[in-house]
Amino acid sequence: MGTGKHEKGKCRDVFALLSEYLDRELTPQTCAEIEAHLAGCPPCIEFLNSLKRTVRLCHDCEGGEKPRPLTSEQRDKLMAAYRTYLSSNRA
Amino acid sequence: MAASDTRDEVALARNLIAGEPGAFDRFVEVFRSKIFHYAQTVCGRREDAEEVAQDTLLKVFSNFGQLREPERVKAWVFRIARNECLMRRRKSVFAPTQELSLDDFLPHQDQDDGRRLEIADWSALPDDQALRGELRETVQAAIQKLPEIYRAVMTLRDIEELSTEETADVLEISVEAVKTRLHRARLSVRQKLEEYMKGARAGGRL
Repeated sequence: MGTGKHEKGKCRDVFALLSEYLDRELTPQTCAEIEAHLAGCPPCIEFLNSLKRTVRLCHDCEGGEKPRPLTSEQRDKLMAAYRTYLSSNRA
Repeated sequence: MAASDTRDEVALARNLIAGEPGAFDRFVEVFRSKIFHYAQTVCGRREDAEEVAQDTLLKVFSNFGQLREPERVKAWVFRIARNECLMRRRKSVFAPTQELSLDDFLPHQDQDDGRRLEIADWSALPDDQALRGELRETVQAAIQKLPEIYRAVMTLRDIEELSTEETADVLEISVEAVKTRLHRARLSVRQKLEEYMKGARAGGRL
């Protein structure tokens, strides 16, 4: 990769690394190689942007459906466990 | 946003350890919702997810003394939740996992004639803040349709924003497996969104 132009085979190499590129999990050298390819390949940039958008949309899906409210019986059980922890922690 | 969320959760854990007034209810409110969402995504059934949320919280409070680093509270809670989910695995979940192949998502762009990719115009999507209705349902359905091993990774990484290492730790898989599964999950959801946009455009909704 890294020739700076749209080239058969290079796009696939970049495509395989796009999530790691977005997550900044690649070495500076690999990042530079990807950026050199992207600079000459608008379809890969377009694809990268759509992937970035997908990640944001997924994150925004957090907290869709909610659980039913905690019953007092459920809360009492949790509170009892927490109090036991606190008392052992302070002992 | 993610960083401050994490700081909030760490602060919640510290307050809980210190026995601060109100810490218990706030912790339950925040984590119960997160565990429920993760469990529903992984287990699929609302009843199971509510049970997982309660049983996980019970174990969290019973074993809180084992949390050595409050900074890792989220990963620690999700590890307990994951084990609770495994205990409720239904028969269907034991079906062989469908592997997603990278090539299934590779756009037809490496053509010798250099023909341009057929990528939908993503700028036509409503702003993220305005994510509503059809679009939200499309994203949720796309995540739900992922095979379980991909869905779990995506939920922890992209929705709960755990790090790659924390996700590997929670799911007891390698860091490389987290990266591979996350990328394929994202590509799959991207493809479903692309199909949605093409359909919406053809129908004049975008």
